[in-house]
Amino acid sequence: MSNFSTNELKAGFKVRVDGDPCVILENEYVKPGKGQAFNRIRIRNLKTQRVIERTYKSGDILEGADIVDMQLQYLYNDGSLWYFMDQENFEQHAADKAALGESGKWIKEQDVCNVTLYNGLPLMVAAPNQVILRVADTDPGLRGDTSTGGSKPATLETGAVVRVPLFVTVGDLIKVDTRTSEYLSRAKE
Amino acid sequence: MTSADWMPSASFAVLHRRSEVLAKIRVFFARKNVLEVETPILSHACGTDPQSSHFVTVLENPDRSHLYLQTSPEFAMKRLLAAGSGPIYQICKSFRNGEMGRFHNPEFTLLEWYRVGFDHHALMDEMDELLREVLICPYAERVTYQTLFLRHVGVDPFQTTEQTLKTQAASFGISEIQNIDKDGWLDVLMTHCIVPHLGQGGRPTFVYDYPASQAALAKINLFGVAERFEVYFSGVELANGFHELQDPLEQRRRFEQEQEQRQKSAFPPAILDERFLESLKQGLPNCAGVALGIDRLIMALLKTNSLAEVMAFPINRA
Repeated sequence: MSNFSTNELKAGFKVRVDGDPCVILENEYVKPGKGQAFNRIRIRNLKTQRVIERTYKSGDILEGADIVDMQLQYLYNDGSLWYFMDQENFEQHAADKAALGESGKWIKEQDVCNVTLYNGLPLMVAAPNQVILRVADTDPGLRGDTSTGGSKPATLETGAVVRVPLFVTVGDLIKVDTRTSEYLSRAKE
Repeated sequence: MTSADWMPSASFAVLHRRSEVLAKIRVFFARKNVLEVETPILSHACGTDPQSSHFVTVLENPDRSHLYLQTSPEFAMKRLLAAGSGPIYQICKSFRNGEMGRFHNPEFTLLEWYRVGFDHHALMDEMDELLREVLICPYAERVTYQTLFLRHVGVDPFQTTEQTLKTQAASFGISEIQNIDKDGWLDVLMTHCIVPHLGQGGRPTFVYDYPASQAALAKINLFGVAERFEVYFSGVELANGFHELQDPLEQRRRFEQEQEQRQKSAFPPAILDERFLESLKQGLPNCAGVALGIDRLIMALLKTNSLAEVMAFPINRA
């Protein structure tokens, strides 16, 4: 993996900071007219998603992080690991619960997900922004019941719980935005 | 390169204001009988500043000698002073290799002026007068370097140790910097914890009396304080001035010391300006001088976010 001098870092570069993979958000050059030059960088830790600021001497070297994003197909999970496949070379990658995060409750077999690999291992799995899932369980909606703001909870086939309009019934297919957990519409087969 | 790169990054409205500022500065100095001069951009010698990197080019003479683009016109202007010019000013391009960012462009415009018989306090008075005319701002706040450290960091920069500064920096969340000395830590705290507070509310801040280790080309007085000042506006450094060092031996000693620092930090050696040193031997009059970044001054006036907005063509369009 190549290394970068702190003064050549640009937004989007991936580097290792404290052993964790991070992406550069911003790099500001700071130098007094007479005195030491610094680079003040804002980075997102790709493991924790936390944004932090760091200051380095200008010209110091940061180790590049081997990060690649791939579109992989979700195959199955065995309870502890989730298996994804590269549809071109059929290579399989196993992601643990930490890498899966919230995405676990949205994806089902054969969905294609963006998987971020760090040193060849899945670091982060992003569910598609919108998914279509079947309603596994919800109370029958009562017409005219507005006490709940015209919505009710529904459990989907993957286990996720979202609020849906009263007319949605068990067995319906619905479209959901995975970033906000919001119901978007009913969907067809 | 993109297809819009041929266009200037500053608007014509800004370029008109820029031209007005330059005209105002020339009127200011004409009124005070300060002579406008021009000195070489290219010189066989260069500054020894341990943190600055030079542009070098080759002269097509039989020796193919190296020429350096000047980081500041200070040496040549002091040679004029030693030769008896009296008070002088210059508006010129200066060059610092590798310095790029929101507030840096490798090629930039400096206003540099020298006043015979002035110390740094008298020159701060004149700087204040110029800024009031150009920026239409109130009288500047004046505060010592020491007071600022006591106020914002809680340490006395003249008494403290490298370790204390390092601990203070860590308390501000800065702990990852390695291999810097005490002055490096002072710079960390100054740039990160103090400068953002300076020159706020439309009023410039003048910082003066620096530690002797940061004297650069300033006189060090009997109390071991460097007679140097800097000007800040909206958290950005605009100018750096000195009650100028006159002693040729002390000047050579500082050059050599900086040369050693350059070597340690793997900067190429500087070529000492022997003609400048010779002029000091002949006698530089007691004087004070200051360099003011014109691009940053225009930024301050127009409250823009970056130098690129006040320059026709910054380095990425040059």
